[in-house]
Amino acid sequence: MVSKPRIVVIGGGSTGAGVARDLAMRGADVTLLEQGNLTHGTTGRMHGLLHSGGRYAVSDQKSARECIEENRVLRDIASHCVEMTGGLFVKRPEDSEEYFEEKLQGCEDCGIPAEVISGERAREREPYLAKDIDKAISVPDGAVDPFRLVVANAASAQEHGARIETHTKVTDLVVENGEIVGVEVEHGAKSGDRIHGVQSGREEIRADHVVNATGAWAGRIGDMAGLDVEVRPSKGVMTIMNVRQVDTVINRCRPKGDADIVVPHETTAILGTTDEEVEDPEDYPEEQWEVDQMIDTLSELVPMLDEARTIRSFWGVRPLYEPPEVGSEDPTDITRDYFLLDHAERDDVEGMTTIVGGKFTTYRMMGEEIADHVCAKFGIDADCRTADVPLPGSEDFSVLRDYMDEFGLRSPIGRRSVERLGSRADEVLKTDEPNPVLCECEGVTRAEVRDAISQSGPDLNATRIRTRASMGNCQGGFCAHRLAGELHPEYDEATVRDSWDDLLQERWKGQRHALWGNQLQQAMINYALHATTQNRDRDPASHGGIDFAAFDGGPESEIRPEASREAADGD
Amino acid sequence: MAIESDVLVVGGGLAGLTSALAAAREGAHVRLVTYKQSSLRQASGLVDLLGYVGSEAVVDPYEAMADLHEEHPYRLVGTQTVRDGMALFDDTVAGYYGDHTDTNALLPTHGGTVKPTARYPEGAAAGVATDDRRTLLVGFESLTDFDAPLAASHLDAAGAPFDVDGVSISFPGDLRADAKVTRYAKLLDQDSEVAVEGRRVGARTALADRIKGHLDGHERVGFPAVLGDDHARAVRAALEDDLGAAVFEVPMGPPSLPGLRLEDRLFEALDEAGASFEAGNPVVDYEGEERIEHVVVDRKGAQVPYSADQYVLATGGLVSKGVESDRSGVREPVFDCHVPHPENRYDWFEDGVFDDHSFARFGVDVGPDLRPRDGSGSVEFDNLRAAGATLGGYDFAAEKSGSGVSIATGYAAGRQAVEDLT
Repeated sequence: MVSKPRIVVIGGGSTGAGVARDLAMRGADVTLLEQGNLTHGTTGRMHGLLHSGGRYAVSDQKSARECIEENRVLRDIASHCVEMTGGLFVKRPEDSEEYFEEKLQGCEDCGIPAEVISGERAREREPYLAKDIDKAISVPDGAVDPFRLVVANAASAQEHGARIETHTKVTDLVVENGEIVGVEVEHGAKSGDRIHGVQSGREEIRADHVVNATGAWAGRIGDMAGLDVEVRPSKGVMTIMNVRQVDTVINRCRPKGDADIVVPHETTAILGTTDEEVEDPEDYPEEQWEVDQMIDTLSELVPMLDEARTIRSFWGVRPLYEPPEVGSEDPTDITRDYFLLDHAERDDVEGMTTIVGGKFTTYRMMGEEIADHVCAKFGIDADCRTADVPLPGSEDFSVLRDYMDEFGLRSPIGRRSVERLGSRADEVLKTDEPNPVLCECEGVTRAEVRDAISQSGPDLNATRIRTRASMGNCQGGFCAHRLAGELHPEYDEATVRDSWDDLLQERWKGQRHALWGNQLQQAMINYALHATTQNRDRDPASHGGIDFAAFDGGPESEIRPEASREAADGD
Repeated sequence: MAIESDVLVVGGGLAGLTSALAAAREGAHVRLVTYKQSSLRQASGLVDLLGYVGSEAVVDPYEAMADLHEEHPYRLVGTQTVRDGMALFDDTVAGYYGDHTDTNALLPTHGGTVKPTARYPEGAAAGVATDDRRTLLVGFESLTDFDAPLAASHLDAAGAPFDVDGVSISFPGDLRADAKVTRYAKLLDQDSEVAVEGRRVGARTALADRIKGHLDGHERVGFPAVLGDDHARAVRAALEDDLGAAVFEVPMGPPSLPGLRLEDRLFEALDEAGASFEAGNPVVDYEGEERIEHVVVDRKGAQVPYSADQYVLATGGLVSKGVESDRSGVREPVFDCHVPHPENRYDWFEDGVFDDHSFARFGVDVGPDLRPRDGSGSVEFDNLRAAGATLGGYDFAAEKSGSGVSIATGYAAGRQAVEDLT
């Protein structure tokens, strides 16, 4: 037995962060590597559904049972990331009665609390549901903030001694005598230097075992050691509405289909989704018809969506996997189950395990299984505690009292800050300095932004996912420059400007799919503020070449103070 | 019975106000109706004419107009009309600088860089960036739209030809952390007493006292644009006296006091010129085929006809909802004038945030007479002209031409409306 095995976990999504936390809690020496921000891949691009299991209750009962089990665990250990909205499977007149009954029976078989309610009662609960909804099955679906959850897992891992490296790309696996013994990485400029003193450049990290938890990217890591991991990436679109048309997760009760779910999430509602296989998880078309389909089809359930304002759309890539011999043609037929690939057994290459497939809701369970597997290899005899020990932020419910007076924050900002921070609220919000709101859409204060920057360094997109700043209606139009200001003077002006521009570009990327109606108006307002008022688009600091001397210096300088004083007398 | 006038202007922003003023000064009976707050109060208060053609910063905007495409509003009305419009502005609005020359000035922005502009409020004048005087920028800790130390470093990186430092201070007095800019302005306007170490001191003196320790030879001091409202000159003068340095405001985003001040002055001028105006009620419909007979104003539920001989459409662009869109297309909502746009909405934008977006040029299509044209190029209504951001074919944000186009086309539309009076 190695006394404290060095484990490198590649991938800072929910699975990687979950594995890292679990292994660190069991005493391993863990390094978590992520090429972008935490949640950079699929985790940051999902609809935020905390499954009750209802969606799989007919087609995949094993997954359904795992979902309801983990749903209960997460409500407990990640209370500050979860909102128990409840969910409805609604049936339209044209939807199959038989399937409705199968769904109900499936929920019962899997231990998912389910109750049939009439269309009328469903509309009492959700007044904007279509008038012709027949009936619905009520299940314990919820909404979960994937960013907050992953950050909390990484923070917990760090508390247990793990090293967390973001913006760090694995460039190669180190293979010696047919065994994987480490990784070569390239630290990006935004990785920050606060934690380990390594700001950029290359590093070789030796490992007793490598866990490949890179989801849709798993094949690329496998390739580095000549291992064949055939992930079948499948894209899905999600469209974000500017308000919550519903406060309950609304699923359409019919067999698999596109555009069949609305998830209320924070101040928004997220419409999903599609399922289409793609070649490359980083390069695939994002198309108009996908967005239109979300709106048109889901309007059948919630008619007001047709005229409602969307603020952006984004695509995620599911890391689907099935053993190659299954050979499903249609990605919707590929199982949502997860697979642990022990490359020693499978390929005769020691030193690495890959985990593929699976779902966000069951991330912890996957982490547990892989941690069990790694611990067995190294003779670590420690029980998994991740289902019992709350995540940082979810430890103590007594803090979820009224913080408004204590922190001088006015409702509803105080309430929302505390909801986001959970039990960390005290630590973050207690400041002697003025704590103005920086992001008005999401009610994010300076103290929260500074806390996020202290955790994640100069990348404003990392601050964004931690705080939700710039994720509301205006998409950063009114707050991007304020967030940039908070990076200074800790980071120099050039770094700040770079990060600011990155944030504007990232926000633009998703808004492109929402450019009509009010959001096109918003885009033009933002453009006017940033280009006209700030000259962010043609900033001479970035674009160079402005001949200051050629411009006018103003009328004769002596009239300035005189004119002012005379006027002042008569004022 | 319809409410009548010679000229009816729809829209109360810079273009509408200028056209109403131009027509009223020609002796016409003018009425202006405006619905919601105009985007003037969102604007910084700088009056841009033409700051960029492509990526090149423009020194002389009149000269550079020749480089614009032929359908650009400046090319349609002609350079002389632009000059005449600017002359009307200069004659009307006191307290603005820049009319002594054709050359643009560079003014600092609250985003920390500089931009070329043609006219600037007197409060901003000492901040002109070609000036080489040592500069101190002062920000307020709770006023998050202007980070003075970052702006100072940024100006340095932009190559500004002066030494510049920045400092953040706590604004004297007991303002809440999320106080609006008008609260700061009011404290300074009224020189209200604030508590400083147990003493009661006027806000102006208290503010100057907090800055003195940072002065260290700086010859001018720049603040976010909150230095008073009704008594802005007195506030600046008091600070200049106390500090022994020139004082200026850095133009800001919304809500913008210099933008509000400019709007107030234009409405005063319109009043003096004898025009009528009313705010708060939308134009919801019109009657007429080749000529507009009357428009219908919704006055708290009552549909009231307003008739005029000539009409000016100055309802703004996408920002002000003078141009609207849905998933299938783009339109002008009051008279349903044709707005050229690519059929596929994924051709409305480009992939880079500051790329050359088609949507930025959405607006009605006009010829030199500023009369909106339909899809086949025929005039929509004989007695309707459009002005300002309602016009298409130019990107005011990239060009820094918004105010200038509104003034020039507003002026031209107002004058032409009077010439056409029957």
